[in-house]
Amino acid sequence: MTVNVTAHTSGGVTTARIEGEITSTTASGVQERLLSLLGGAGRLLIDFSGVSYISSAGLRMLLILYRRAEQAGTGIALGGLSNEVQFVMSATGFLGFFEITDDLESETGRVRP
Amino acid sequence: MTAERIDDFPTRQIDGYRVRQGRPFPHGATLVPGGVNFSVFSDGATSMALVLFDRGADEPATELPFPPEYRIGSVFTMTVFGLDLENLEYGFRADGPFDPARGYRFDARAILADPYALLLSGRDTWGVMPDWTRPYQYRAMIAPGDFDWEEDAPLRTPTEGLVIYETHVRGFTRHPSSGVSAPGTYAGLREKIPYLRELGVNCVELMPIFEFDEFDNSRVNPDTGERLHNYWGYNTVGFFAPKAGYAATGPYGMQADEFKALVKDLHRAGIEVLLDVVFNHTAEGNEYGPTISFKGLDNATYYMLTPEGYYYNFSGTGNTVNCNHPVVRDFVLTCLRHWVAEYHVDGFRFDLAAILDRGPDGSPLPNPPLLEQLAYDPILRHSKLIAEAWDAGGLYQVGHFPNYGRWSEWNGKYRDVLRRFIKGDEGTVGELAARIAGSPDLYGGRGPAASVNFVTAHDGFTLNDLVSYNDKHNEANGEGNGDGANDNNSWNCGAEGLTSDPEIGALRMRQMKNALAILLTSQGVPMLLAGDEVGRTQLGNNNTYCQDNELSWFDWTLVESNAELLRFTQRLIGFRRDHPILREARHPIGVDFSEVGLPDVSWHGVRPWEPDWSPGSRLLAVMRCGRNAAGEKDHVYVAMNSHWEGHDLELPELSGGVWRIFADTGAATPSDIYEPGTEPVLAHPRRHHIAPRSVVILTGSHD
Repeated sequence: MTVNVTAHTSGGVTTARIEGEITSTTASGVQERLLSLLGGAGRLLIDFSGVSYISSAGLRMLLILYRRAEQAGTGIALGGLSNEVQFVMSATGFLGFFEITDDLESETGRVRP
Repeated sequence: MTAERIDDFPTRQIDGYRVRQGRPFPHGATLVPGGVNFSVFSDGATSMALVLFDRGADEPATELPFPPEYRIGSVFTMTVFGLDLENLEYGFRADGPFDPARGYRFDARAILADPYALLLSGRDTWGVMPDWTRPYQYRAMIAPGDFDWEEDAPLRTPTEGLVIYETHVRGFTRHPSSGVSAPGTYAGLREKIPYLRELGVNCVELMPIFEFDEFDNSRVNPDTGERLHNYWGYNTVGFFAPKAGYAATGPYGMQADEFKALVKDLHRAGIEVLLDVVFNHTAEGNEYGPTISFKGLDNATYYMLTPEGYYYNFSGTGNTVNCNHPVVRDFVLTCLRHWVAEYHVDGFRFDLAAILDRGPDGSPLPNPPLLEQLAYDPILRHSKLIAEAWDAGGLYQVGHFPNYGRWSEWNGKYRDVLRRFIKGDEGTVGELAARIAGSPDLYGGRGPAASVNFVTAHDGFTLNDLVSYNDKHNEANGEGNGDGANDNNSWNCGAEGLTSDPEIGALRMRQMKNALAILLTSQGVPMLLAGDEVGRTQLGNNNTYCQDNELSWFDWTLVESNAELLRFTQRLIGFRRDHPILREARHPIGVDFSEVGLPDVSWHGVRPWEPDWSPGSRLLAVMRCGRNAAGEKDHVYVAMNSHWEGHDLELPELSGGVWRIFADTGAATPSDIYEPGTEPVLAHPRRHHIAPRSVVILTGSHD
């Protein structure tokens, strides 16, 4: 099981695209990679459109990331979430912590540092 | 200083798994750096193995025997490193003697669930037929335990200030009319918080949410042939695990997070959460029941056994938990602490709590150590503790449940006399007076908060059925109408069940309002059964424990069609909130404590100061006097007439101000009740006509 994170920065917004499954075995690697992007210029937009599955451990990783971003005085936004992931995040109250965007294209332009 | 510990490292391998001697406390499975610490108690086991499964697999991935030196006292303990926590299911295999006469029922063929399991898989989605051929049905899982509570904590609302709303997680939103995104779940209930706020209740009491098996009922509905469920869930499989089938996210193993999100949001709305907990028995039944956990680990410790080794059955369900055994006391205490510390719940209602004060041989103890321990425990110190103060073995302790100044009780006597009064029985007025004053005869010295007042609860008729049926109609339960209580004190108002007769319909509506009006103006803690505020019916079934269908579910179309009753209930709750004299911490005793010129409670009849206590009396009025939150003089007068004739009431004189009318169940809507604070002045300052079978509530403040 592999997962890849690719990142690019444009207009002060870093977009991290994740591809694969985020589970208890892959979550810590993804977390490490995303944390390294947090320190960059401005906010971090995480693109989930390439994520086929995210487990409880994956969702916990996102909450840790959220708190780290808060500590660092920056923010993160989530995009490209499947309906199912969004539903699980909503039912567990996790969704309330995040800024969610449906339209990744325009969001990249809108999210400002 | 390094964050590592010198015991973070395995000391040996068993079957390729890296392990080391664990720590005996806490029991259960605990995350430690790099691994999981397992700890399980068994006094009689000769050997113990930890059985590990990959999630969902039929056969175990491995069995790791506890080496003899990994046993401290009677506790087997081992730390296992490098496990994939999300995909792990675990259990225990205990070997030992099978000698029922001595209490031993070890069965090395069975894989046993951890009594302290934080999550259980196996019934992840409600109603999905299980594969009974699978070994190990209810599988213990590891829970991460972390949750972002932010600043949430139990609310600590004074007990006497509560208005409790008893409901069932699934039943509340399972009906197709609920309109929530995940019907029948914690998340669904969370979506209905705005409704609860609008209703005005500040506490929900949830029927059992500890993991149970809805398939442990083998009966069928004789009419439809459909298999019945165990819908209520008073049959615990796992005491530390929230029911997965009540979570939309159960299949993801996220039921703990979903339930915590519900508690957190209820607290944000000012609503406390009480859990209905069942410590009197378990789902293991008697000698014919399944071996799930306790029975195979330490049968003689966890259950009350006869000298011959059979199960005592004070619960009416096959076995009785040996609550006052020191080890079991510790188990119960740890469990309750877990729900308060980990899930932030505000308190508990104990099912058949009289069993909690029986000793190991079943006899009631004068100073039951478990109850004392719960009353003084530091973590439970501000949790509500409510006893259903009776059991199925004939112990009835309403009014004298061992309480240590802490325990409240479901006041069954309140329910009985209120029902009898409302249907017009003779000889009820004297007792009614004691009950609406907070039952000082039962709870003197303990205060009204000791008395949880109710007319209806999950067990018995709904309010609508109470005024629509003379007899129970439980045929759908598959026991030939033999189950359920027969002494319902109900009256159908002239026709059994559904009727199109408008006069009967109007009388039923009035009778429901009468019950709610008295309940919500009584001293003590009122408890409403969910749906009663909109006239929910179970078609005369007074024991819907097995009915997972429209009989039990909250039909949300009633919110529209029964808006009159809902509005009536909302305003009564608002009135109670606005009048602290209805929910004082001490019993009223007829003394003018607040220096308003009138006693805190006084009794009246058709004429003021002349209550009729004779057996034939069907009319009583009570006046409460004191001060409101602003310190101003406040008066509430409640006249209750269960007579089929109306009466001209002469009203007591106020110590200032004029009488205003808040509610009159004999008046047609919208004049049946007013928005608190907008009550109109009475047409005649000292007179009011009370209609047949009606309740009138007046208020007089300083103006």
